Amino acid sequence: MTGQPFHRSRAEMLQERPAPITSVGVIGWMRANLFSTWLNVALTLSALALLALTVPPLIDWTFLDATFAGSAGKDCTGEGACWAWLDQRIHQFVYGFYPAEAYWRANLAVVLLVPAVGYLLFANLPYARYGRWFSLAYPVIAAFLLVGGLGLDVVRTDQFGGFVLNLVAGITGIVLSLPIGILLALGRRSRMPIVRTFSVAFIEFIRGVPLITLLFVAIILLPIFLPREVSLDQLVRVMVIITLFASAYMAEVIRGGLQAIPQGQYEAGQAMGLGYWQSMRLIVLPQALKISIPGIVNTFIGLFKDTTLVIIIGLFDILGQARLLQTNQDWLGKVDYETFLLAALFFFVICFGMSRYSINLEKRLDTTRR
Amino acid sequence: MTEKAPSGAGGFDISRAWTDERVRGVIFQIALVLGVAGLAAFIVNNTIANYEEAGLSFGYGFLFDTANFDINQRLIEYASTSTYGRALGVGALNTILVAVMGVAAATLIGFVTGVLRLSNNFLVSRTVAVWVEFTRNVPVLLQIIFWWLIMLALPKVRDSLSLGETVFLNNRGVRLPSPIFEDGSAIVLTIVLLGVVATAVVRRWAKKRQDATGRTFPVGWAGLGLIVGVPVMAYFALGQPLDLDVPVQKRFNLQGGVSITPELVALWLALSTYTGAFISEIVRAGILAVSRGQTEAAGALGLRRNLTMREIVLPQALRVIVPPMTSQYLNLTKNSSLAVAIGYQDIVSTGDTILNQSGQAIEVISLYMVFYLTLSLLTSSYMNWYNKRIALVER
Repeated sequence: MTGQPFHRSRAEMLQERPAPITSVGVIGWMRANLFSTWLNVALTLSALALLALTVPPLIDWTFLDATFAGSAGKDCTGEGACWAWLDQRIHQFVYGFYPAEAYWRANLAVVLLVPAVGYLLFANLPYARYGRWFSLAYPVIAAFLLVGGLGLDVVRTDQFGGFVLNLVAGITGIVLSLPIGILLALGRRSRMPIVRTFSVAFIEFIRGVPLITLLFVAIILLPIFLPREVSLDQLVRVMVIITLFASAYMAEVIRGGLQAIPQGQYEAGQAMGLGYWQSMRLIVLPQALKISIPGIVNTFIGLFKDTTLVIIIGLFDILGQARLLQTNQDWLGKVDYETFLLAALFFFVICFGMSRYSINLEKRLDTTRR
Repeated sequence: MTEKAPSGAGGFDISRAWTDERVRGVIFQIALVLGVAGLAAFIVNNTIANYEEAGLSFGYGFLFDTANFDINQRLIEYASTSTYGRALGVGALNTILVAVMGVAAATLIGFVTGVLRLSNNFLVSRTVAVWVEFTRNVPVLLQIIFWWLIMLALPKVRDSLSLGETVFLNNRGVRLPSPIFEDGSAIVLTIVLLGVVATAVVRRWAKKRQDATGRTFPVGWAGLGLIVGVPVMAYFALGQPLDLDVPVQKRFNLQGGVSITPELVALWLALSTYTGAFISEIVRAGILAVSRGQTEAAGALGLRRNLTMREIVLPQALRVIVPPMTSQYLNLTKNSSLAVAIGYQDIVSTGDTILNQSGQAIEVISLYMVFYLTLSLLTSSYMNWYNKRIALVER
């Protein structure tokens, strides 16, 4: 303090120092995300414990200790899963009792589904003009390929099974339930009292009872309701019921979309001199369907999972094939979880894919409205 | 303008009636009614013919016939000499039992996992997300049979797994301790009920006082004292009239307690986890729907985190959560009919047996439908009432 000038600030900048290693990088991230509070520490530790208890044994069981070779359950002597049935039975899981020489037809039908759906969902694909027509014609083409006739060998519908049965029932339901659902939703909002009453009664009745009771109606009651000489194909009956069931749920989803469209849009249609169907087709439905897409996809997912119910009335879809193998003398008690794991994976891949698509779409639509 | 205007107000030109929307509407509706009536007549006609041919007569009189089959899971007295009607009643109660148990468990699972999934703890939220996605996207029927196979793969009765020697698990199901009611137990139970009522009264009074003066009252502690504390004191004062019959492992079997069938356990587990995964998503979306500003405002007012959740976020989230939750509850109830796949004797399963024995298909299936429609109606009207109570009161 002897005459020196008293500096309150530094003359030169201090060297930058890196952030403390406890707040950046892996350690910082862990401190912020995993160990920020005592509760969080407890949660992290219990999650770790849970994972350590379940994941390694699961991997061991599924792959490391599993038996892959063998011809019957007695060959599976190890601790792990028994996958020995895969190479002889996987075809039944996928195709059911569909004749082996006609597998290509089922394959082709599934492959053609990709462009058929693609042209419906995406507008900017090449040859979109013809693509749309192809999408419209696809159900007929697929039915021809699967059932046969006109030169192809006929496959009886009781030979359908496995995952192909789930796909056929699911896709038919998806394709048909949307238009029926739209009609029901419009009917429920119609100004004609009788149309409205019928729509409400139908929708609420179907939504109020379990699918299985409706399947009983199709299988047990329909033969009573129809004249003796008429007999409908079992698979067709089931698909009709699944479609009607999904339509009622679809109608409610679409009704939500219709209600979200402001009155002004309806009035604008009338002001333009459009009739009811024109203003619905050109103005209201495009907007209403767009905002109901997430709900529609969710209904599709539900419908697809519901196709497993056919096993209760004696059809052998992929779940039915799993049960068949589980109760087979050669494999009894050896393949309970393995077969279900495989069936679950099939459903998971498709349903999870659909739900991701719907979330994606929801996000995209959301930004356009902001 | 050569065309003539319609002749005067109210003039009606029969040749142009088709262009009038109202006329078209009336014609269409008449056609619809005629079509439906025709279809109904066709069905009734065929049904009468088919019933005659099968030697059946339509009617619900068969409900008074003897059932001749056993039901191992029952809430009311039933023996194979009871009537079909009683068997259906047992089945209906079993459906309600699993539905109520499932709704309670699914709600709990859904809320816990929904909140955990929003945790900023990466490990926890990811683990829960994987579980939710897997459970949601696999058919519930598969899950029901899966849990059933697990229950059947449990050790035999003589090697039962035990949890603290009170709950036993084996391939015949779960054995739980059962309460034994002795003299005076009714008094204790009455005191518990009185405690619940008293707590509700205290809560209303505390809310009124807080609204008026701002002073808070520890309702939680008071409730604990009234519902648990007082009855416990009464329990000891009356000389412990309530006892537990704990199952005991004997050499070949278990003695005492109450047993739950593996079918019920499997169905309950599958339904509550499946629906729980859906509820988890609903809860997550509901909490996310409450804007961040609300949480920040609560923070600015100095509310603690748990108070913010309880008083600010949850009440607002519930408005978004309750309507879709209602349909999940209904779905769970309806999905419980899949019990028929594993032989849990719910209404569909018992009805199926009756249908096969008596051949009265229309009657049995109509009873199913009436039962489920009533249940749906009751659930949704209760939930609508609850929804109205918590809905935003707009001025």
